[in-house]
Amino acid sequence: MTEIERLIRLLARMPGLGPRSARRATLHLIKKRETLLEPLARALTDAAQNIRTCRVCGNVDTNDPCGICTDPKRDSTLLCVVEDVADLWALNRADIYTGLFHVLGGTLSALDGIGPEDLNISQLIERAQADAVTEVILAMNMTVDGQTTAHYISERLASADLRITQLAHGVPVGGELDYLDDGTLSAALRARHE
Amino acid sequence: MDQGLVLSVRRHGESSAVVTLLTAHHGRHAGLVRGGQSRRLRGVLQPGNQVTATWRARLEEHLGSFVLELDRSLAAPLLPFADRLAALGSLCALVDTGLPERENHPALFENTAAMITALDSEDDSWRPYYVQWELDFLRELGFGLDLSRCVATGGIDDLVYVSPKSGGAVSAAAGVPYRDRLLPLPGFLIGHGTPSDADILEGLALTGHFIDKHVYAAYDRSLPAPRDRLVQILRR
Repeated sequence: MTEIERLIRLLARMPGLGPRSARRATLHLIKKRETLLEPLARALTDAAQNIRTCRVCGNVDTNDPCGICTDPKRDSTLLCVVEDVADLWALNRADIYTGLFHVLGGTLSALDGIGPEDLNISQLIERAQADAVTEVILAMNMTVDGQTTAHYISERLASADLRITQLAHGVPVGGELDYLDDGTLSAALRARHE
Repeated sequence: MDQGLVLSVRRHGESSAVVTLLTAHHGRHAGLVRGGQSRRLRGVLQPGNQVTATWRARLEEHLGSFVLELDRSLAAPLLPFADRLAALGSLCALVDTGLPERENHPALFENTAAMITALDSEDDSWRPYYVQWELDFLRELGFGLDLSRCVATGGIDDLVYVSPKSGGAVSAAAGVPYRDRLLPLPGFLIGHGTPSDADILEGLALTGHFIDKHVYAAYDRSLPAPRDRLVQILRR
């Protein structure tokens, strides 16, 4: 197998790319060898060597503990629990939350055989009880599995002297009622306020 | 085209999902949903939701593909409640893992849709209904319990036990010598009184014993984890 074929095969394994788009990307990289291919290769090597999972929160970063966990400006009394690193990035990108995070690494799922021991739940319980945390925000997805996991964590933390909150759900900004599904409308109506 | 209740969703490839439904006229039926992991369909493919399903395949024995349209979003109102969500998870897991595939059970579909709808009640009236649903599930599978008369004497009064072997009711008098080995029969299952929390747990222990014995232990499997979780939650 030539280097080009190897590159195409590896790129085709990326999400959103198939063999055809991988060929296009490979050709593009070859044409932009100095401005794209070589910097990309260096960036990939650096990432492979330096990126690690934070042993405190489960985030990915070049430092362990990660930049969020070691940031002194962060409010260490707030702990936001998310399913995945992508959720952490989404909340952090919004720049409206200044507390700490905890990444579970998935949700409980009997179907897929994922139990509490397969997620970072015991670390979360230890962390929530040991650190200066006063509030745990459960920012799980509004799915059956996500909310089952949130309820499970709430129960595990029930005996701790903590405020446990969940994200609100309802009409999104820019959302038109006509296009909303029944579940969202129902949740929005139930959570109506003056 | 058929009506269906979403039982489970497994990711397939990058964007599709293999969805299992309990359908009104085709029993438990799986199919591939293209774009099943998309933002548009993620809300539809939540366990418990009722959908209209169109299934296509070249041959009958193929997995085939579904085109689904949401009819009723039954799961969404249950998300804030741990106990109701656990009940939903339990019944979906029982049907998904206990019911043979493509075996028509129209009564079970009607019963399950009504059960999921009842989970969105304002009080705990769904709890005895859930125990009754498990009894009906057993009957649909061919393992119905006979709680109408005593298996030992044939009498219809004072039925307080169930034989763990035959699944028949046993009266208080006939059960005295074996009471350590008999399962308690909560009165609400034979139309006597309003059930207490303890009665609900006894009812679940009863149905759980027979579901485990006939559906799971017979195939060297254990009751699905969501069923155990429901019992744990109701025990608190």
